[in-house]
Amino acid sequence: MDSWFFLIQVLNGIQYGLLLFLVASGLTLIFGIMGIINLAHGAFYMLGAYLAYWLAGMTGSLIAAVLLSLPIAALVGYVIEALLVRTLYRRDHLDQVLLTYGLILIFNEAQRILWGNDVHGVAMPTALAWSVKLTETLSYPAYRLLLSAVCAVLAVAMYLVIAKTRFGMWVRAGASNRDMVAALGINVKLLFGVVFAVGAALAGLAGAISTPISSVAPGMGDSVLILCFVVVVIGGVGSVKGAFFGAILIGLADTFGKVFVPDFASFTVYGIMAAVLLWKPKGLFA
Amino acid sequence: MDFAKGISRRSILQAGAIAAVGASGFVPTRFAIGNTAKVKIGFLLPYSGTYAALGEAITNGFKLAIEERGAKLGGRDIQYVAVDSEANPAKGPENTNKLVTGENVDFLVGPVHSGVALGMVKIVRETGTITIIPNAGAGAATGPLCAPNIFRTSFTNWQAAYPMGKVAMERGLKNVVTMSWKYAAGEEALAGFEANFTKNGGKVVKQILVPFPSDEFQANLTEIASLKPDGVFVFFAGAGALKFVKDYAAAGLKSIPLMGPGFLTDGVLKAQGEAAEGILTTLHYADALDIPENKTFRAAYAKAFAKEADVYAVQGYDAAQLMVQGMTAVKGDATARDALIGAMEKAVIKSPRGTFTLSKAHNPIQDFYLRQVRNGQEVVLGVAEKALADPATGCKMG
Amino acid sequence: MTSHIPKRLAILLLVLLLVLASFPLWGKLVFAAKFTFLLQKVTGIMILALLAMSLDLLVGSAGLVSLGHAAFFGLGGYMLALASPQYDAASLWVALPAALAVTAAASLVVGFLSIRTSGIYFIMVTLAFGQMGYFFFNDSKLAGGSDGATIYVKPTVAAFGVTLIDLDSKLSFFYVVLGALVASYALLRMLLASPFGRVVSAIGVNESRVQGLGFNPMLYKLVAFTIAGTLAGLAGFLAATQYGYVNPAMLGWHQSGHVLVMVILGGMGTLFGPVLGAFILELAHHLFESLTDHWLLPMGAMIIAIVLLLPKGVAGLLIKWTTEKEDGP
Repeated sequence: MDSWFFLIQVLNGIQYGLLLFLVASGLTLIFGIMGIINLAHGAFYMLGAYLAYWLAGMTGSLIAAVLLSLPIAALVGYVIEALLVRTLYRRDHLDQVLLTYGLILIFNEAQRILWGNDVHGVAMPTALAWSVKLTETLSYPAYRLLLSAVCAVLAVAMYLVIAKTRFGMWVRAGASNRDMVAALGINVKLLFGVVFAVGAALAGLAGAISTPISSVAPGMGDSVLILCFVVVVIGGVGSVKGAFFGAILIGLADTFGKVFVPDFASFTVYGIMAAVLLWKPKGLFA
Repeated sequence: MDFAKGISRRSILQAGAIAAVGASGFVPTRFAIGNTAKVKIGFLLPYSGTYAALGEAITNGFKLAIEERGAKLGGRDIQYVAVDSEANPAKGPENTNKLVTGENVDFLVGPVHSGVALGMVKIVRETGTITIIPNAGAGAATGPLCAPNIFRTSFTNWQAAYPMGKVAMERGLKNVVTMSWKYAAGEEALAGFEANFTKNGGKVVKQILVPFPSDEFQANLTEIASLKPDGVFVFFAGAGALKFVKDYAAAGLKSIPLMGPGFLTDGVLKAQGEAAEGILTTLHYADALDIPENKTFRAAYAKAFAKEADVYAVQGYDAAQLMVQGMTAVKGDATARDALIGAMEKAVIKSPRGTFTLSKAHNPIQDFYLRQVRNGQEVVLGVAEKALADPATGCKMG
Repeated sequence: MTSHIPKRLAILLLVLLLVLASFPLWGKLVFAAKFTFLLQKVTGIMILALLAMSLDLLVGSAGLVSLGHAAFFGLGGYMLALASPQYDAASLWVALPAALAVTAAASLVVGFLSIRTSGIYFIMVTLAFGQMGYFFFNDSKLAGGSDGATIYVKPTVAAFGVTLIDLDSKLSFFYVVLGALVASYALLRMLLASPFGRVVSAIGVNESRVQGLGFNPMLYKLVAFTIAGTLAGLAGFLAATQYGYVNPAMLGWHQSGHVLVMVILGGMGTLFGPVLGAFILELAHHLFESLTDHWLLPMGAMIIAIVLLLPKGVAGLLIKWTTEKEDGP
């Protein structure tokens, strides 16, 4: 049983890590390319979840809801970039922090006005409401496995886009030297707008597809935000690969912390981050 | 912030609907002389963030009870002042002070969050403001920190969990894993369950505490599966309760009975769907409670707010009832503190949860119902513990 | 910016200080029944202002953005709770130095570990340490866990058995806090004007250059971090004294973020800016909440408007106004 138990916990950790990666990847993209610490990232996660809940109720299909909420989240992201964030590029980075903090308040209030204070859940699509039996007492929900697969596919896709395409080249250039991007004659305005929209869409997607296994509730974005930053920073800001391994590391640390050192479970995630940064002050993959 | 605005803020109380129910309520017969100023009631409740739904329900329930009784307290008109507690304990004392010193309220109603409650209690013990706690279950508020001016119409965390200890043994669940968030409310609840459970011969195989407010439970569910207990007792509420119940079912653990205080399913039952099937809970209330007071209450609430009432609304409703009884006894003279407090102590509240009285520590002595989710409905199986009082350890009052 | 304050601005700030210091006189006439509460509210804001000002030494001068600063604030408060006997008063002469010593030691250790990193990494390391502090008090039974701890009797300020200041008096406490705020401002201002302060400010502008000149930036950063942490501890000690209650939430990142917002909003690197930021943020909250249930909306809008319209915070605007007038015809 012991090795089985261990293996299942590894699976739990990786599964959780993959989900974290999906939320954090948008954050690291925005940070890496635009140099913006986007505190409103969690708000986009919340937006995705509420949109999925709302659209699933209207359309009766979670898949339709997820597909519809993606462009909405992207659009909201693009508009916010164009209207507000764009005006601050020449400013101190902390001005952008303050701006996105203000956005959190507005998003949270908008959520209350639009969808109320209640806690909601989204039913699992019946086709996926089965599970894989792992032990006599434990089974693994198929939806979680599918979610992991989706996250893994997205991770690979992002890797390919960044490694092989022109857009990816800009991203890599932006992460290492922002001024160079402009020097290369790239339409920086458009690039930034698209990146911000993609980041918002990724957070929204994470919020939307995790609704069947989580709860849709006020303030849900705030708690996920900090974990995302932890993941991004451990991996090295701007590195999608770093975010991936950072997420898996945090997923595993959280899982094993809860099981093997429960008295210190609150410390594991932060302890790991502090340790990593003291060892490598710029993250693992910077 | 006047009364009319207080109403429109929550944009809910429809005068017509209320007037209809008002007829069944009671109307004060006399007006005290020299008490024409409005009674000021301060709400310290969460109106934003995770607990906003609770703040809303308590406020609604409170105002409903007041409207039903002629919109007056001991013959005087009422003014409401609301402060958003943000469920932030760091701001508890300051927000309390805003109502108590700044607004000079006659009564304080709040809070939801235990941490906020203790900061609030610290202040009102000094000012002597008559305070009714409509939710927060921190044992200390009616334990070591109890005071003549502090009342509670909800429960203590201990109280909500204690009855299940006996029920679990009666059902032959001898080895149980307990689980909650690592915070005072959770630990008090688990201790309440364990006290009764071990007294009846049960054994807690393992106590699992997860960091608050983490809702990633997969690692601990795997642990539970490997421990193969006869039953699992948990204390979770709100978004965490919704997620835990769904995860528990999805992990295939449904063959192990899941138990907990009723917050595990209340307010989130519909969202939990099939995953909640079979869950056993104890609570001082149940939506389906078949007594006339509850039926009238639920109908009136649904009519006024276009929403189903829940346990939080009941607690707010009863906070108002308690206040009405006190103020009626002193004919609206809130300065007659001793008489007012005396009347509140002796109050018999005909609650939607069933009639209850208060203990010497000012916490309800109430029945706890055993409930089970069957076909998506909360079914009342019976009374798990009759007239249960919190031990109020450390309270020197009475 | 830190070295020079335009004359007109200095006069304006002095006037504002006088308005604040005389609040107990005019506040009573203007606010009548609400005066006692507002006196406490203003005292509370001054405590937060002190905290924000201490953070500004890091953010505005040394360029170290900490998201764990509240940990020292909370620690200072908890030290009072731990130093107070349950039903008796602690002596200020014992409790305050103890609290300052412990927060200084804690910030020295955290600072020593954190300053190896910079930028966002520094933000996150300080966040990590802050959260560890939060969970330490939340999880341990040392001081009431998540429920927090109560200080039943306020510390006494006495010499030879004679009470010098009665902290239970809201008026005395107002002036104690005002005194602490003004003294801290003067201390930081002097510090920044000293050779030490110039190096710290230079680090905020260009660290490698400072190193090239033969200074050890690490040492200067560490000293700045420790001073800021200790002042935060002082603020926390005062906060715990005010209401006699401490809670782990005092140490959490929400609190740190809230103070950081005050610093940026008010204007980094000016010391007085964060004080203005504290007043604006807290009074706006108070105002918006009394106007609407949806107070987050105007609050968010106000913050965004200030960011968009005032590039260097409220202090930046004041500096611009006053210097323009000085340079003008």
